[in-house]
Amino acid sequence: MASKYKLDCEILDTTKIIDGIYKFKIKAPEIAKIAKAGQFLEIQVSSTGETFLRRPISIYNIDKEAVEFIFQVKGKGTEILSHKKVGDIINVLGPLGNGTFTVKEYKKVAIIGGGIGTYPLYELAKELQGKAETTMYMGFRNKGLVTLEKEFEEVTSRVVITTDDGSYKEKGFAINVLKEDCKTEKPDIIFACGPLPMLKAVQEFAKSENIPCEMSLEERMGCGIGACVGCNVRIVTENPDEVKYNYVCKDGPVFDSTKVII
Amino acid sequence: MRTEIDFCGIKMKNPVTVASGTFGYGRGHSEFIDLSKLGAIITKGTSLNPKTGNKPPRVCETDSGMMNCIGLENPGVDYFINEDLPWLKQFNTPIIVNCFGGVEGTIEAYVEICRVLNTLPIDGVEINLSCPNVKAGCLAFGTTYEGVKEITTACRKVLTNKPLIVKLTPNVTDITLPAKGAEDAGADGISLINTLTAMKIDIEKRKPILSINTGGLSGPAIKPVAVRMVYQASHAVKIPVMGLGGIMNGDDVIEFMLAGAKCISMGSANLVDPESSIKAIAGVEDYLRRHNIDDINSIIGAVEMN
Repeated sequence: MASKYKLDCEILDTTKIIDGIYKFKIKAPEIAKIAKAGQFLEIQVSSTGETFLRRPISIYNIDKEAVEFIFQVKGKGTEILSHKKVGDIINVLGPLGNGTFTVKEYKKVAIIGGGIGTYPLYELAKELQGKAETTMYMGFRNKGLVTLEKEFEEVTSRVVITTDDGSYKEKGFAINVLKEDCKTEKPDIIFACGPLPMLKAVQEFAKSENIPCEMSLEERMGCGIGACVGCNVRIVTENPDEVKYNYVCKDGPVFDSTKVII
Repeated sequence: MRTEIDFCGIKMKNPVTVASGTFGYGRGHSEFIDLSKLGAIITKGTSLNPKTGNKPPRVCETDSGMMNCIGLENPGVDYFINEDLPWLKQFNTPIIVNCFGGVEGTIEAYVEICRVLNTLPIDGVEINLSCPNVKAGCLAFGTTYEGVKEITTACRKVLTNKPLIVKLTPNVTDITLPAKGAEDAGADGISLINTLTAMKIDIEKRKPILSINTGGLSGPAIKPVAVRMVYQASHAVKIPVMGLGGIMNGDDVIEFMLAGAKCISMGSANLVDPESSIKAIAGVEDYLRRHNIDDINSIIGAVEMN
């Protein structure tokens, strides 16, 4: 059985979540059948040359024969994508990435996401239902950017939301709540996705408390299939002066936090 | 209808090869296409010892193309011999190994890698004198007649039983000079063009996007430059020319062959669509049928200038 597909996918549904952030549902039975939590898609947003490279976007949810992804409009490519309509066809490579979240039985799990980095964690949270007691820590800049609170509440044991400015729920960073909670009971594992400063803080905290941690990383990407080696991430080596790389598309996007230097 | 090409003694089923650095050693693409259908596979640039390459970010999109500054990262020739070559041999496709002089980038380093490649069960060697993203080697030799001639002569001496192809840079005033340098040193063929040195600036941060500030521009943006240079080079030398630079489909393949290329390589297209090489082969066959052409060799250099 093939492990990756290139498919013309019909857009089944489009939802504007908040300004500039969209959820698309596409029909992709082959991808939906084999995709794992943490994997991503390479989406061709234009077939007429307006953009050149594909856009790597994480899978948000696998739903029977369909796959959902959420993206923020950041530039020309995502702008073009946001104008697609139900019934339009987009060409998709997927499911991509060999480093995925480890879904298995745990006692207690902490999932932490920041901003749009919360979306790649949904499928994971969903798959951990019944396998672990999960707390979802979600950090946003302000109230207006808080998204998918209800969706995460449905699939996790507890949702903690923080905003940098305190305009909604707890003021401050999500990791600070996680740190407080760990004083009572440590989780078996931390799963993380979000902006680099957040990931660095999570990585450092997991190391100091000796908690296993898996992080989903991103980098500018060429092909998504390990051919161009454009999306490199530095990995830990025995000799700290030695520079060695892995690749977000091929070895990730999910990495053991003790193995990468971010 | 005949699509077979003999390029420097390398027998290809069709003129479509995949360019070094855009196809790795073929594993990623093998999940999407049958590598046996390609004219040839040109491997990622390989050096004697492993090479790390540059920091991220090392790719970005540009108008009608992309830039990269990978920096010739590769696992070294021993890894290639043990892991990738045996795997590649299962496909019925010629293997051309692209090589360079590693971190040192000296003539001696080029000679050493060529000496190793000369002993392997591969079909040809392409020496890279044209990477814009490394400190040593490549452009230091690749931009002049004398430089290309000197290093090619040295490689030729040890490459006694493999076709030698020299990959040339477009970052020159007159492409015919390095082309002649390669020919006069005894190269069997030349390939061109490698990427054009370029820069893209993030205006919000007021900094170049790529980690080493500049990178190599590729994709359709450079295609007209490549067609012009293929035309010029193929008229300046008698050895065959492999054309590349922004080829996306069968029509582009035909255009390069009319300009004088005996075969072509697809590069960035492999990143956009892993099936693009196979689609281009179908496009070439369609062109030949539409024009009642029996032998693809008859279109090589067949452009009629105004």
